[in-house]
Amino acid sequence: MGMTMSQKILAAHAGLESVRAGQLIMADLDLVLGNDITAPVAINEFAKFGKKTVFDKEKVALVPDHFTPNKDIKAAEQAKAMRTFAREHAITNYFEVGQMGIEHALLPEQGLVGAGDLVIGADSHTCTYGALGAFSTGVGSTDMAAGMASGTAWFKVPSAIRFNLSGAFGPYVSGKDLILHIIGMIGVDGALYASMEFTGKGVANLSIDDRFTVANMAIEAGAKNGIFPVDAVTLAYLDEHYKKEVRIYEADSDAEYDATYEIDLSTIKSTVSFPHLPSNTRTIDEVGEIRIDQVVIGSCTNGRIDDLRQAAQILKGRKVASHVRALIFPATQKIWKQAMAEGLFDIFVDAGCAVSTPTCGPCLGGHMGILAEGERAVSTTNRNFVGRMGHPKSEVYLASPSVAAASAVAGYIADPKNVMEA
Amino acid sequence: MVAEGSVFRYGDNVDTDVIIPARYLNTANHAELAAHCMEDIDSQFVKTVQKGDIIVADRNFGCGSSREHAPIAIKESGVSCVIARSFARIFYRNAINIGLPILECEEAAASIKAGDRVQVDFDSGTITNMTTSQVFQSEPFPPFMQELIAAGGLAAYMAQKEGV
Ligand code: SF4
Repeated sequence: MGMTMSQKILAAHAGLESVRAGQLIMADLDLVLGNDITAPVAINEFAKFGKKTVFDKEKVALVPDHFTPNKDIKAAEQAKAMRTFAREHAITNYFEVGQMGIEHALLPEQGLVGAGDLVIGADSHTCTYGALGAFSTGVGSTDMAAGMASGTAWFKVPSAIRFNLSGAFGPYVSGKDLILHIIGMIGVDGALYASMEFTGKGVANLSIDDRFTVANMAIEAGAKNGIFPVDAVTLAYLDEHYKKEVRIYEADSDAEYDATYEIDLSTIKSTVSFPHLPSNTRTIDEVGEIRIDQVVIGSCTNGRIDDLRQAAQILKGRKVASHVRALIFPATQKIWKQAMAEGLFDIFVDAGCAVSTPTCGPCLGGHMGILAEGERAVSTTNRNFVGRMGHPKSEVYLASPSVAAASAVAGYIADPKNVMEA
Repeated sequence: MVAEGSVFRYGDNVDTDVIIPARYLNTANHAELAAHCMEDIDSQFVKTVQKGDIIVADRNFGCGSSREHAPIAIKESGVSCVIARSFARIFYRNAINIGLPILECEEAAASIKAGDRVQVDFDSGTITNMTTSQVFQSEPFPPFMQELIAAGGLAAYMAQKEGV
């Protein structure tokens, strides 16, 4: 029986000719990631192993992005613990405030992940790098500690679900709408323990930023990873960023999938996830009138340059509704500079938005945009669980940058088309 | 190894944000985390949980973020075991790695009710509802996982085995 793309990468890193779903393997890692929430816990565990050094100081990435710039004294202590560890172990890829970005946007941009890599990160959205043809998956802090110490991790080889894409998106529709549509279709545990593999002619019509958004939310369907084939779009991105040699793995033609879904991208509509699950989706024409208090555009899901351009296209020459706070979070310093150079900040600020330094901030209800009781937000982030962005009785509606920007202008959840034509 | 306690009962998709809300993640202190365990969906949990008590839930328990703080908060609360129809995969991994026993058992999750007294035998995978005298069978842990849980988690287990 043939192997899926994910299985091929796992087999290669385990030094095995082939693997099958369900098999337990020990595999070599190309990168181990942690942040200011998960790394301090991992550092405590690491100390218990009695090892003096990390397995490779260039293959550990530490990014203070969640509660930074430090939101309070406790957060400052956590960030300090990670910084101290990074210095002690001469970790090459530690990114201080001022150079940092949200980890899953930052690592690809820094060229630290590429096609064929095997990456674990103590953050559930580590699955983002599947956009580049890597096998990457989120783990906990103890796994991170063991990974930092040994350069290896155990894996249960996943089976896969295939999403065969055709066609191209219509206007104002993007990767976010596709992945929300898929999660709505299969549910928050629809891909539990499995890989989500994207294939078909439609892949070529997805920008690299669309692919990052789609792979990012694989975990929201319970998947172990999401992965895209390596094509001209991937290679153009890697050529610009990645320093190592690209390793291209393709699924065998006789690979078996638990299920295959055919999706024509031209049929995807702007989609919104209602509280309190990402799978609770409605297309924009089914939303009804939902008045909002806040809009958040940013995060590891939708804080990249394409996302900001899409939002700017709608906000240009318009004003944020007077009862709405609109917050924009470019995901990295580089994206921030690019947005500034392209004049996007003028558009945002003239419209009445606040623009922030890169941080996870409101995405996880950390700081910089917490919701009060009864408030509603439209957000380009990836989770709308109870209390995710603040008060347990607040609500988060997940949407694309275009829908979020249109909603900021309208003051209720709005179709970008209607706002542009108004 | 045998655990016994009263049951706290939850439904589908109990996510890590309700197990331990992100607003409390500015600490890694176990007791502080446990003090807020489940508070957004069950304000009584922290007030009434006793050492040895058991959580029983439906599908996809622990979905969401990779925060190890979630199983830590549960374990530190005194909970001896979580039984669910299914677990989200990162939570599953983390629970094992920190030494919190968890069992997947469709039938047990379907019939056990809040407040029931339940006993779990990890060696055999037997779950006994002492309130109703029903017995359920789940997959027993493979020996290395039992050793790992007995050692108190992956870190202690690896240290015991000497080096990594
Ligand atoms: S932006 Fe949100 S989802 Fe992404 S890493 Fe930060 S907290 Fe997690």
